[in-house]
Amino acid sequence: MGLISNGTTIFDAGAMSLGGGMSFMKKLTASSSATLSFVSGSGGVDFTSHKEYVFTFNNIHPSANDGLFQMNVSIDSGSNYNVAKTTTHFRAYHFESGDSGLGYQAGDDLAQGTGVQVLINSEMGNDNDQNCGGTLHLFNPSSTTFVKHFISNINYTTANDTSTQCFVAGYANTTSAVDAIQFSMSSGNIDAGVICLYGIN
Amino acid sequence: MGVISNGTTLLDAGALDSGIATGAMTLIKTLTASSSGTLSFVHGASSVVLDGTYKEYVFKIINIHPSESASFTVGFRDGSTAYDATKTTTYFRAYHQENAGGAVLAYDTGFDLAQSTAFQDMTGDSVITDNDSGISGILHLYDPSSTTFVKHFRTDINSIKAGSSPEMKNSYSAGYCNVTAAIDAVQFKMDSGNMDSGTIKMYGIK
Repeated sequence: MGLISNGTTIFDAGAMSLGGGMSFMKKLTASSSATLSFVSGSGGVDFTSHKEYVFTFNNIHPSANDGLFQMNVSIDSGSNYNVAKTTTHFRAYHFESGDSGLGYQAGDDLAQGTGVQVLINSEMGNDNDQNCGGTLHLFNPSSTTFVKHFISNINYTTANDTSTQCFVAGYANTTSAVDAIQFSMSSGNIDAGVICLYGIN
Repeated sequence: MGVISNGTTLLDAGALDSGIATGAMTLIKTLTASSSGTLSFVHGASSVVLDGTYKEYVFKIINIHPSESASFTVGFRDGSTAYDATKTTTYFRAYHQENAGGAVLAYDTGFDLAQSTAFQDMTGDSVITDNDSGISGILHLYDPSSTTFVKHFRTDINSIKAGSSPEMKNSYSAGYCNVTAAIDAVQFKMDSGNMDSGTIKMYGIK
């Protein structure tokens, strides 16, 4: 049953059409997790209902001292994470000891690569207080017309004690709907941390 | 029909009561391009609110597809009928081609503005018109109704540039409208041709 007020639909089909623009969809909590996957149609995840999705990374803590936080996407509900991507990657860093810099990371981008996209450029430290935080925006994954753009911005503590901010952007070069996304570490696992998924109305 | 619970009005006349918590990000308006020369968000028109109701406004650009190879631009209105607020801006971008060429991060002086009334180029050069290539990203506009401060904005845009090999371009432009008059409208357009299709959504941030 729907509810209409003054010609405006307020509630229908179990959802409210007024109010906030950012809808919480799913939270995954790592616990020595090899992967954290968001698959459309599973566990309340729906990559067809919104034009934009935002993932937030909170206190992602690696088990190993030499791992990169990374992601890939799927067009077959997570059976394979191997979609071709062309991406850019640059970062700013500052050592606790003082040195700093800004530059493009040619080794950490992809040119039609089907492998994982690293979201950070060097090893994340696994000291108890070290972690990463940030966001990833994914635009219109259910489109069957356009490639799928994404933009990530993450700050993290490296194993050699820097604050590093990584800017990764690109597109999954497919006109098939992207229906799953998976996060992992290049070495070890995701010891702890939370990834939340939001749909932007 | 309204809804009243325990003496408190929850909704009436097609709107939630202002006292009802709805989250910090409110969708204000969605515009969909259809061979559109411009897409404009004008305060007071078509349910658009662009005043002191919010201290920040966010525009989400989703798969804008141009009719011809052109740059995607934005302009701001500061009281007249024209989108000609004076701006000083920066522009830098990273790009990488599908054939592995490029892989560059650099400032591009060709697309910044110094006290100019021109539209700000958000893609830094012309984008490809292939059927599967769109422009997506985000624009933040801060406190547009202030009559004290200049009005800062920043953008983060993905696009694909035409060339020997398609080029992924991640563009960052930022700057300020150097006016103390309120900004009451924002307009998006290609610098030639039109927006064949795509969506721009406007949100207010509490």
